[in-house]
Amino acid sequence: MSKPMGLERTMSSYQMARRRRNILIQAGITLLALTVLSIYIMPLGFGVMTSLKTKDQASDPKGPIIPSEAVQYEYEGEKYDVVYVPSDSGDQEWALIKKSRKTSQFIDIHNPEKGIIEWEGNWRALKPVFETSFQWGNYREAWDTIEFLKLLKNTFVYAFVTMVGTLIASAFVAYGFARFKFPFRNALFMVMISTIILPPAVTLVPTYAFFVKVLNWGGTWLPLIVPQMFGNAYNVFLLRQYFMTIPRELDDAAKIDGAGPLRTFISVILPQAVPALTAVALFHFFFAWNDFFGPLIYLAGSRDLRPITVGLTEFNGLYRTEPQLILAAATISMILPLTIFFIAQRVFIQGIVITGVDK
Amino acid sequence: MGISLKWTRVARTQPRQGLRAGLRSMSPAQRREARWGLIFISPWLIGFTCFYLMPMIASLIFSTYSFKLSAPGDAHFVGLANWKRMLFHDSNVWEGLRVTFTFGLISLFIGMVSAFLLAVLLNSKHLLARNVFRTLFYAPTMVPLIAAIVIWSRVLNPQTGWINKLIDLFGIHAVGVTGLRWLDDPKLIYFAYTFIGLWGIGNAVLINLAGLQGVPTELYEAAEIDGASWLKRLWKITIPMVSPIIFYNLILNVVGLLQYFIVPWVLNQGSGYPEGTTRFYMVYFYKQAFTFQNMGYGAALAWLMFIVALIITTVLFTTGRSWVYYSSEER
Repeated sequence: MSKPMGLERTMSSYQMARRRRNILIQAGITLLALTVLSIYIMPLGFGVMTSLKTKDQASDPKGPIIPSEAVQYEYEGEKYDVVYVPSDSGDQEWALIKKSRKTSQFIDIHNPEKGIIEWEGNWRALKPVFETSFQWGNYREAWDTIEFLKLLKNTFVYAFVTMVGTLIASAFVAYGFARFKFPFRNALFMVMISTIILPPAVTLVPTYAFFVKVLNWGGTWLPLIVPQMFGNAYNVFLLRQYFMTIPRELDDAAKIDGAGPLRTFISVILPQAVPALTAVALFHFFFAWNDFFGPLIYLAGSRDLRPITVGLTEFNGLYRTEPQLILAAATISMILPLTIFFIAQRVFIQGIVITGVDK
Repeated sequence: MGISLKWTRVARTQPRQGLRAGLRSMSPAQRREARWGLIFISPWLIGFTCFYLMPMIASLIFSTYSFKLSAPGDAHFVGLANWKRMLFHDSNVWEGLRVTFTFGLISLFIGMVSAFLLAVLLNSKHLLARNVFRTLFYAPTMVPLIAAIVIWSRVLNPQTGWINKLIDLFGIHAVGVTGLRWLDDPKLIYFAYTFIGLWGIGNAVLINLAGLQGVPTELYEAAEIDGASWLKRLWKITIPMVSPIIFYNLILNVVGLLQYFIVPWVLNQGSGYPEGTTRFYMVYFYKQAFTFQNMGYGAALAWLMFIVALIITTVLFTTGRSWVYYSSEER
């Protein structure tokens, strides 16, 4: 009852062809993703590379991509540029001692004892010799010039304080919407969601006038911190969605044990919702880290309170001719957010996925 | 996602009765529950009243005043003068709206298509090391916007930037003064700004990704048996199935783009360079309200922005009914 040999072979060769096709598709798609990714994050590489160059190299259109410096050679107390000079035995690295239109004088830097060499040809056509050299000092200089430590402290305090505030308030509100029936609950929830569509500009003018003229809070962190202590729509929405997935039986069990709504919230809901709470905390932290508009208008003139965003913007305006310093400062400013992201990326990506899911 | 779309329906099912009447018809246990609920949402109620409702009303009142913050004593009622000036005598307003819309359409299209295609790529079962790719593609979204703007403005530099060097490799002349001057050429500036914005699409990509993962695989299997091509499956199954997510992204994007401000402000302090192509509406609002401290006129400008946003979102929600597909209409 054995099958004919031929059929078996075609089966397996069919499978092999299929597997080969799959591997090809896999390779193709992965290669595509790799190409797109390299173009997508290429500016990051450019930023880091340029931040490690000298000022001249950073604005030299023809310079090499890797941070480098033109090689120089010292001869009788003077420094001279080293260039590639074509010869019968390949390019020679010679120092250009005397420039002249028709014949220039060189020193072979590897055999200086040979003395001055006359060379016929236009020296302008010769390419300079570069050697790799990373200007780590740019980071030091940018750090000091922009007073980065102060900016970092300001940004961190602001991000942290508002993170704690908004987290507590949003969790409270989300619990209220998720677990209790009260009149107009759905309507209020929809009002809350619709505040996402409201342009902040509409409330900005009176809020600004009130904070600055009535409370005299201009030039302090208060107008930026206080409004964030009441929970916002995005966070409440995300937390509520998550709280709804926690089984009600847990609440009921706590109730039977005599726990009131507050106890249930603290000892049942919050421990169950750690992933969502972490996601909201991180979201807010990054939002605050990037916040620009608020500090721009409320902290105008108080240099000591500026966060990184405002400091970096000013720096960008003042040091236009020093791209390497600006890019070093920009690189410093993104190290912390990127580090936190890479450590917490699983929670973070999960957090967004929760918001995206229809419940 | 559907959450915002269900809004009108849910609101309508709410019985029309006053809060007090509602409370009176409740049992003591229900009343206690309602009281706790209101206590828990009270932070938001207070925040909403203080930082949304009252400022909105105040803003509307402000818009009928001539009011300079530097001299609050001189404030006086001017009726609809601010609104008349804004609607009929201030060309900056219309220019701002035109600039915002022109850029908005370009950026919206490129941004949404990129976010969707990227999500499709990152959702492909053929992609090796999917999680690594997802993390790396998300990383630029974590770069602080100001740092992103600073880096992009340099990488788009006609002489030293890598973008032009890359384009040159494909045989297109891009480097140099006669090449592609992204941030100086009025024809290219919106594309340059769109590129900067592409570094922020990570959230949209992930939301799309969540949507793609929710599409039942049976649909694809059935289509594959019928011999539908990849493109056909994308067009006939994937896009309709994730249309609620696309719609959600669309709304968030539109609202965000109407308030476009930071990039033109950081790059050229709102000067409108080049040739006025970056005189965005919000830039003009900022100048009026905060640089010139014209709070009354600023409030009017803000309200106009609100009305425009409301009209656009209403139109989107109305037309959305015809193209957004909900698999579980009555949930």
